Amino acid sequence: MKAMVYRGPYKVRVEEKDIPKIEHPNDAIVRVTRAAICGSDLHLYHGMMPDTRVGSTFGHEFIGVVHEVGPSVQNLRVGDRVMVPFNIYCGTCYFCQKGLYSNCHNVNPNATAVGGIYGYSHTSGGYDGGQAEYVRVPLADVGPSIIPDWLHEEDALMMTDALATGYFGAQLGDIVEGDTVVVFGAGPVGLFAARSAWLMGAGRVVVVDHLDYRLQKAREFAFAETINFTEVNDVVVELKKQTDWLGADVVIDAVGAEADGNLLQHITAAKLKLQGGSPIALNWGIDAVRKGGTVSVMGAYGPLFSAVKFGDAMNKGLTIRTNQAPAKRQWPRLLEHIQAGRLSPRDIITHRIPLEHIAEGYHLFSAKLDDCIKTVITTD
Amino acid sequence: MPYIADEHRRPSSDELRARIPGWGADLDPADRPSVPRERTDLPTGAHWVIPENQPELQPRERSIEHAKLPPVFGTSAPLHGVSGVVRRYAYERFSEARAAHWLLLIVGDRIDVAGSRVRSVFEGQPDNPITETGIRAEFGNHPIGSRFGRGRADTKHAWIDPLIVIGPTALATVAVALIVRGLRR
Repeated sequence: MKAMVYRGPYKVRVEEKDIPKIEHPNDAIVRVTRAAICGSDLHLYHGMMPDTRVGSTFGHEFIGVVHEVGPSVQNLRVGDRVMVPFNIYCGTCYFCQKGLYSNCHNVNPNATAVGGIYGYSHTSGGYDGGQAEYVRVPLADVGPSIIPDWLHEEDALMMTDALATGYFGAQLGDIVEGDTVVVFGAGPVGLFAARSAWLMGAGRVVVVDHLDYRLQKAREFAFAETINFTEVNDVVVELKKQTDWLGADVVIDAVGAEADGNLLQHITAAKLKLQGGSPIALNWGIDAVRKGGTVSVMGAYGPLFSAVKFGDAMNKGLTIRTNQAPAKRQWPRLLEHIQAGRLSPRDIITHRIPLEHIAEGYHLFSAKLDDCIKTVITTD
Repeated sequence: MPYIADEHRRPSSDELRARIPGWGADLDPADRPSVPRERTDLPTGAHWVIPENQPELQPRERSIEHAKLPPVFGTSAPLHGVSGVVRRYAYERFSEARAAHWLLLIVGDRIDVAGSRVRSVFEGQPDNPITETGIRAEFGNHPIGSRFGRGRADTKHAWIDPLIVIGPTALATVAVALIVRGLRR
């Protein structure tokens, strides 16, 4: 089969690999029909996540058709069209029993902080991802769901991570009616977080980024006010000014480890890997939220320490809520929203490219060429 | 007037409901599927107490913060070569709380990349810096219009990025060359 293969920072190629095999009785093999490149894939692509091994295949956003099932699989049949949440989890461990699927303790030998994620380095369990023609789906009775006939395949694809994570980011903010919500980052997850904030009753939604075309999308898709932080002297002061000098009620960090905005932070973190990520967006969030407010973090950070302004967070009495999204917990409600016409997730997709051109897809997305917001990989 | 909480410039709920599709549909936290954060009443489809053990066909590294090897794991790129030695040491010696654990893994990554460059030549699939960097995407995708005249923050560090990315490899190559030359003499 053809699969994207990591060759080192900023280098990927398509190689012939063996079709994955059933390695556990509850595995399924899924023939991938659509995959996506996620913003957090760029952290791997840029060599930021420790233990990203040459030869591994990325891709935690994908949908497909069940090709083979292991002997203990009960809930899926060959031929089922499935969407697969980016989390791999067992469903019964201490954490899964509490619904913390992203923190499953039974699927990731390499680390205890995070559960299993498809194609996300050995730090997340060493699983190959879905930017390939076939992928191994472990614990297939727990993760995948059959795609409803009425659901557009690209909407299903967005459910597997970007939409679920954006919605989750808004949830972590504990938004109440009338709240002023600031979203840092106008990538796919930030756009979905901003849109979700309205569903939860926000009174104002402000999106911050440095790319005009993404801010335009935030205005059109997420009905948000926008700030280009390169056009203001100090984005925190600007946000204070716009919130009667009190600060926002909720700030959502949808940026994560490779935030731009401070050269020193960018070099020490994103380039030299001396921090778990450049915490610029997070620190701006801590500064821009009001005292007693909530900072929601689902932008991805690496496991090393980062120079976070925790003193300010403590002195301001902030609530900081974080996690990887338990994607499948969101699906029933998100399906209702899509069916009711409240959300059309595929509207954020800007580029569709065949798997053979995935190196170009990564470069396009990484370099932010051609107003790229979301790239979908096709395998047929 | 600053500092007065009820002076925020917020539109009314009716106004928002008319303007934003679905505004307030999830006003009730009960309609937000992950609220409360921890729930014990969710069906998962699991029909086990603990999943069966995946066969450990070759020794599988694990964090020493795990009491035992978890029952399910990925095997996409088993440890091998010098990078495998470094990575195994990181897993066997240091917990996730130690910076040494992660820094050794990053060192292992760099060794892995360097080794794979050499190995790929012998395997008849040498790395191609043109095709693998995706640089061909520059053509036809507004390489100049996407970057300039737009106030992008990342253009401020674009000049130094190649140096930082390629620099360590270049320095290592020079160091190896000097060592080899020294040994020959």
